[in-house]
Amino acid sequence: MINLRRNKDLAAVEGRRIGLDSIMTVLAFVLLLVIVVIPISMIIYNAFFFEGKFTFGLIVDQLTRSTTMSSMWNTVKIGGLVTLFGTIVGVFYAWLLGRSNIPGKKLMRSLFTIPYMFPPFLGAMAWDLLLNGRSGYLNRWLMQTFNLSSAPLNINTVWGIVFVEISYYFPFVFMQVVSALERMDPTLEESARIAGAKQGTVIRTITLPLVVPAISAGALLILISSLAHFGVPAILGFSQGIFTLPTRIFAVISRSGGSFEGIRQAAALSILLVIVVALALLLQRKVLSSGGYDIIKGKSMRPTLINLRGARIPLFIVALVTLVVIVIVPLVMIFLVGLVRAYGLPLRPENFTLANYARIFTTSGTVDSIKNSLVLAISAGVISMVLGTLIAYVVQKIKPKGTGVLEILSVLPYSIPGTVLAIGVILAWSGSLRVNLYNTLWIILVAYIARYLSFSMKTSSAALLQVHPSLEEAARTCGATHTESLKDITLPLIRPAMISGFFLIFLPAMREVTTSVLLYGPYTRTLGVQIYSLRDAGMMPQAAALGSVAIVLIIVINAIVNAITADRKGV
Amino acid sequence: MAYVRFENISVSYGDNQVLKNFSLSLEKNEIMCLVGPSGCGKTTLVRCLLGLTRPDEGEIYVDDRCLFSSKRRINVPAERRGIGIVFQDYAVWPHLTVKENVAYPMRKKRMKKEDIDRRVRDVLKQVSMSEYINHLPGQLSGGQQQRVAIARALMSSDDLIVMDEPITNLDAKLRDQMLNEIRDIQRNLGTTIFYITHDQKAALHLGDQLAIMNEKGELVQIGSDEDIILRPKSRFIFEFIGVTNFIPLKRVDSGYKLDLGREMIPWPESVPEDVEQIKLLEMGTRPNDITFDDASPIRAKVKRAVFLGSEYDYFIELGDREIRVQQSTLDAALVGVAKEGTEVGLRFLNPHYYEAKRREA
Repeated sequence: MINLRRNKDLAAVEGRRIGLDSIMTVLAFVLLLVIVVIPISMIIYNAFFFEGKFTFGLIVDQLTRSTTMSSMWNTVKIGGLVTLFGTIVGVFYAWLLGRSNIPGKKLMRSLFTIPYMFPPFLGAMAWDLLLNGRSGYLNRWLMQTFNLSSAPLNINTVWGIVFVEISYYFPFVFMQVVSALERMDPTLEESARIAGAKQGTVIRTITLPLVVPAISAGALLILISSLAHFGVPAILGFSQGIFTLPTRIFAVISRSGGSFEGIRQAAALSILLVIVVALALLLQRKVLSSGGYDIIKGKSMRPTLINLRGARIPLFIVALVTLVVIVIVPLVMIFLVGLVRAYGLPLRPENFTLANYARIFTTSGTVDSIKNSLVLAISAGVISMVLGTLIAYVVQKIKPKGTGVLEILSVLPYSIPGTVLAIGVILAWSGSLRVNLYNTLWIILVAYIARYLSFSMKTSSAALLQVHPSLEEAARTCGATHTESLKDITLPLIRPAMISGFFLIFLPAMREVTTSVLLYGPYTRTLGVQIYSLRDAGMMPQAAALGSVAIVLIIVINAIVNAITADRKGV
Repeated sequence: MAYVRFENISVSYGDNQVLKNFSLSLEKNEIMCLVGPSGCGKTTLVRCLLGLTRPDEGEIYVDDRCLFSSKRRINVPAERRGIGIVFQDYAVWPHLTVKENVAYPMRKKRMKKEDIDRRVRDVLKQVSMSEYINHLPGQLSGGQQQRVAIARALMSSDDLIVMDEPITNLDAKLRDQMLNEIRDIQRNLGTTIFYITHDQKAALHLGDQLAIMNEKGELVQIGSDEDIILRPKSRFIFEFIGVTNFIPLKRVDSGYKLDLGREMIPWPESVPEDVEQIKLLEMGTRPNDITFDDASPIRAKVKRAVFLGSEYDYFIELGDREIRVQQSTLDAALVGVAKEGTEVGLRFLNPHYYEAKRREA
């Protein structure tokens, strides 16, 4: 309790009525009001108020449409299946790579995290190229080889969408569980062995229950991401009329051509999507409610590895095949299709050309989209990094009245689907509040900041918790003013966390499509939007070529980030 | 006039009144140890002195300069108080080298670079850390980091340094060494040191003056180490300052008898006047104030004897209770070691008398 009060006292001791602390506090509240509260309130207002009067009419109207009901059902079905299978796959491979003597662990581990960086909608494009019900390369080959009259596999189904989403979302569980398994105190398992439990019993009764918090945290991430996901169902589902709520919202907006009626319908659908997400979160909390255990030690220790014996090589092959299917195949497909002269030509060297790649850098729209994405990702990264750190400082160190509100507001946008956030931003910043940012990069930037603020806020919070108050106090007693102690001590200490917060925002913002696809204007296409529209216009090879450029960009930047953060380990 | 004065300081955190009308003075060029159990408000007092916590009421002076006064609405900000502080967790900045850490207070005073360099070297020599001048704190041991913290405090102020449990995180051997070094530094520079601890041993080791606080945050006694050990003002201090044995004394007719449970033995000593009329007393002695004397009528049985090098530590059964007795190795050589299981006579030197606690009455 004493700690709680300390910093409040620092502000009071300052002796001035308006100290740095109160300026930062007010700033944090105002920023969150503008960035988060206004867009969300605008959605609620437009969904429930018509001509100034409260009404359930719009929501009821949406609920009585069969299209809405089927989109809702698809959203729930896909979200549930992806979470279930993604969790199983993630836990299985986490255990295999974290606790068994399977060969090639280190390399496989980094390969298993690739899907995490890879934009899912590019993966969906690749699988569409391979397994499209009518024209997929693999389907055609199978039909020719085995003289089949119809395509044996069809990716343009709910199960196809589920399959592609699993391959991009299981790393959420995989990474959480692998790190929990590695940091778990091995004596916990060893004690069970000594007490007479068999290997299988130990896994079932000790290891798994202890990593349940990690599993449920990862599963929660999958669930939120999948329910809100736009890219994969948009690419695989549109042609077959399979809609989820996010894609339905997009369809409503694009069909209405920007009319206010369309946006209001989208607002009502957004409310339904938020309700679905909220219910899913509640349900998940009920099902997986578990107290936190303090079993995880900060130090890395050498856990006991389990000898797979005869199953070692077969399991290795299974893991290898999984990697090939989810990582290599889509990657190669995108690169190869980017090379073909015209879509539909067989993937043979005589049909290959570099013209598609050359055209990327000569088409002004495409070059602009790369520039736009870079500008947006860098500005969103920098701004969110600064704002996130400011809010984290207020929450962790100043702790004013209403800290809880501040904390909730800053992480709220993360659990709100990107589509919904985009609708809120349209409603708030396209003139109804006398500010019109529509068709400018600013409106996308505002949405990005709202969406990614929580990333930097979380990393900065964690870093600030490590900075003991006495470090700042020591600076004060050494003659530093409050501002100086922030500049000399606190900021340098959390700088590495701020930098990693920047890249946590920069990378997803580079490949973002969900929000920008609703917000772009004629001159403000992002990289993701450009790929999406090229494909929509039937220019498959160009879309694939631009996709491969995006992938290369992301991999290169990620490698640079890893090199930088590896250097900073000592700090 | 006293160098540092706390006058009627009151501090509360919400409903929790930590300090109430607390007053304390420190003389110049001495080491004052403020000793009290954990959570008694010592650290709060220090934070008030440093300007990190604002008292609700009271006044604080250093060398006649008013740092805080609730009445006169004076509250000098922490950075302008010029007091050196050594925190329990060192609070050495991990991203700055030893030199940068130590130079920081002078850089904030906008001193010339050559002056800073010279002083940094001087001070690091004081704390024998010259060879680590360009190290980062992560490369130093706990004791070395603590020296850096002391050096930095010396740079903030030659006159007054506050140390808040500075050696608690060090191992036992290093603790003794650090105490001696702090003592030496103080002798060399004449710095006034306000040393806060819950460890009465360290306080006795180091302090010119000791101020003892109880768990309610009240000052119960100020005095030299001798005063505190030989003339504790209350049972709390007597118990707090070291291992104690208590034996009940019951008033029977005109004299007192030792109540040993199974039997009562007449108490041979006379009881001081101020407690003479109390029916139930408790006699307290320290283990090293009990000697073996075969002529004594108080008989007891040696249960266990432990040799600790400089002394023997005995667990002795006296009636229905167990008491501790210490015998220096020199005494043991002169009088002989009491064997486990043998009967001994006990004589109590320097006994203290307190009214018995109510639950035992």
